[in-house]
Amino acid sequence: MTDAATSNLLLAKEAHGRNLKFYGIWLIAAIALIVLPLIFSSGGSLTSFSLIGISIIFALSYNILLGQTGLLSFGHAVHYGLGGFLAVHVMNAVAAHDWPIPLPFIPLFGGIGGLAFAVVIGWVMTKRAGTVFAMITLGIGELVASSSLILRSVFGGESGITTDRTALPHMFGWSFGSQIEIYYLIAFWLMISAIAMYALTRTPLGRICNAVRDNPGRVEFIGYDPHVVRYLAYCFAGFFAGIAGGLAAINFEIANSAYLGATQSGMVLFATFIGGTAYFFGPILGAILVTFLQLGLTNVTTVWQLYFGIIFIGIVMFAPGGIAGLVMMHRPLLRGGTLMTVIPSYLIALIPTLVLAFGVILAIETVARYTESQGGSNLINLFNVPLDATAPTTWLLAAVLVVVGALLARMTWRRIAQAWDRASSAAGDRGYLA
Amino acid sequence: MTTAIEINAVEKRFGQVSIIHDLNLRIAQRERHAIIGPNGAGKSTTFNLISGYIQPSSGEIRLNDEVISGLRPFEINRRGLSRSFQVTNVFARMTVWENVRCAVLWATGHRYSFWKNVDNLPEVRRRTTEILEDIHLTHRRDVPAGLLTYAEQRELEIGITIAGGANVIMLDEPTAGMSHAETERAVSLIRRLTEGRTLVIVEHDMSVVFGLADRISVLVYGHIIASGTPHEIRNDPKVREAYLGQEVH
Repeated sequence: MTDAATSNLLLAKEAHGRNLKFYGIWLIAAIALIVLPLIFSSGGSLTSFSLIGISIIFALSYNILLGQTGLLSFGHAVHYGLGGFLAVHVMNAVAAHDWPIPLPFIPLFGGIGGLAFAVVIGWVMTKRAGTVFAMITLGIGELVASSSLILRSVFGGESGITTDRTALPHMFGWSFGSQIEIYYLIAFWLMISAIAMYALTRTPLGRICNAVRDNPGRVEFIGYDPHVVRYLAYCFAGFFAGIAGGLAAINFEIANSAYLGATQSGMVLFATFIGGTAYFFGPILGAILVTFLQLGLTNVTTVWQLYFGIIFIGIVMFAPGGIAGLVMMHRPLLRGGTLMTVIPSYLIALIPTLVLAFGVILAIETVARYTESQGGSNLINLFNVPLDATAPTTWLLAAVLVVVGALLARMTWRRIAQAWDRASSAAGDRGYLA
Repeated sequence: MTTAIEINAVEKRFGQVSIIHDLNLRIAQRERHAIIGPNGAGKSTTFNLISGYIQPSSGEIRLNDEVISGLRPFEINRRGLSRSFQVTNVFARMTVWENVRCAVLWATGHRYSFWKNVDNLPEVRRRTTEILEDIHLTHRRDVPAGLLTYAEQRELEIGITIAGGANVIMLDEPTAGMSHAETERAVSLIRRLTEGRTLVIVEHDMSVVFGLADRISVLVYGHIIASGTPHEIRNDPKVREAYLGQEVH
């Protein structure tokens, strides 16, 4: 009796500690979102943060399909785009009819737009998983994207549909004309959506989604119809994608066919996969990284998509768990206290790997500049080192950097693998299995 | 008392080939019934037919007097029939605890609900804890199912099968590939867990079959040639000729 009581007490204490840690993380995230614009207050960084917030919601919604339910979609932007269009139309209607709907509620209409399409089309689409599902999403994505150019009255053709977010009723005296107010609006919806999507993973449906991902055949023999599970997951993913689209429509004050297209669908797949689908926070990391790269690289180089491709291939081949997977791999080592076994080998590998990367970048930029330098400058300004794309020495330098970097990097990577084996088996001996 | 499972004149053809023909079988409530037969006799096909994994070409299957042939596997499962698989068939990336809990959710009425916290369902937690105790995997509860040893995965397979509380349990070669000691453990586990329920079992290990079953059916080339108590089966000349040969004395 007393034993049971103490063990219950211990369990309760443990649960209490877990809860504290859990709510702590969300609280820190909320505070970070509030404080961030106070530290980086330039217009450029506010715009970046807003875009990152939107793409985090979008990537998290995509992971309901890919990571949670095991559904690979090539057309997720359809829900994002339709959410954006509905939001724009509602905003224009509110402004025209003086309806008492303030701007902060508009993303909800975006969500409804994304959800409505999922409810209508999802039942047929989710009948099968795997390749069949992927192909259908590709088809539907193209269908909707091309329809958006044809149905001019709804989608506004090439130019899209514009709106004025300040024309809506104000709330708390905010007119939402300035970027900082839009940032806080996005941050608010980011918090709500992220909590809701996390909560979803902790419900019976969320758990069964994982079961369908792992083994849909077996799910049928524990009472569940995997088709219904996939359909519900698809509807939730569509809803949150629509919220992201609605926020984008507010942010840019326009919705156009680019919102729905294959490029947008590809980007979200890219961000989610790079971040890592196995952990809830993976897509958050991926969305941050990809948005930063997108904003940063487009200013620096004309062939930025090539770098995206290289990063994607690298992740798929060497770290299929994404960034989150790489980070979480180190948890057993950290707990087992053997993390210091691998850190030195990382540092050693860093130098030749950077040499290799520099060589690859130089090679790409040289070729790109050389092939497109009609009338333009032949000078490449690489990390403040000016190089001439037509000079043989530049080509030679690139080749030497790539070859020497690759040879040395291979050796150091092997050392990482060895150090890793030692560290993980030592951690395993202490009871922390990798 | 109604029969648990009743199979009437079931036939299964794949193209021109008839795998199962004129299959008739009656399994009473709370009976432990073993289906034996040589390789390729159609034992697994019979399991797949009963559990809805494949549909019969003709004939009728009843569960607790209700026709279930033509229903989908999850519909049959909801009516109180649960089966395991010959090849281990668990949720590999989920933990042992989550594997069993998923199998408990439908039966406890939580279905597709997305408004409840799955960690805050006392009934679900209690039943999951119980099942884990029963299959001796409590100490492995936080290990991903894919990392369990083979014997542990087989036990988890049985755990998932019984977790929903179905009153008809079908086990497809539960001791296949196990060592002698593991087999004994598994048999006593099965005996205990299916207490008061109907058990249908396909098994190659004759000591398991004759030790566990109340009745045995012998399937040869998709047809049941004999059905009876272990004693009757042992002494049936047709069975001795067709299947058992000199193995059983």
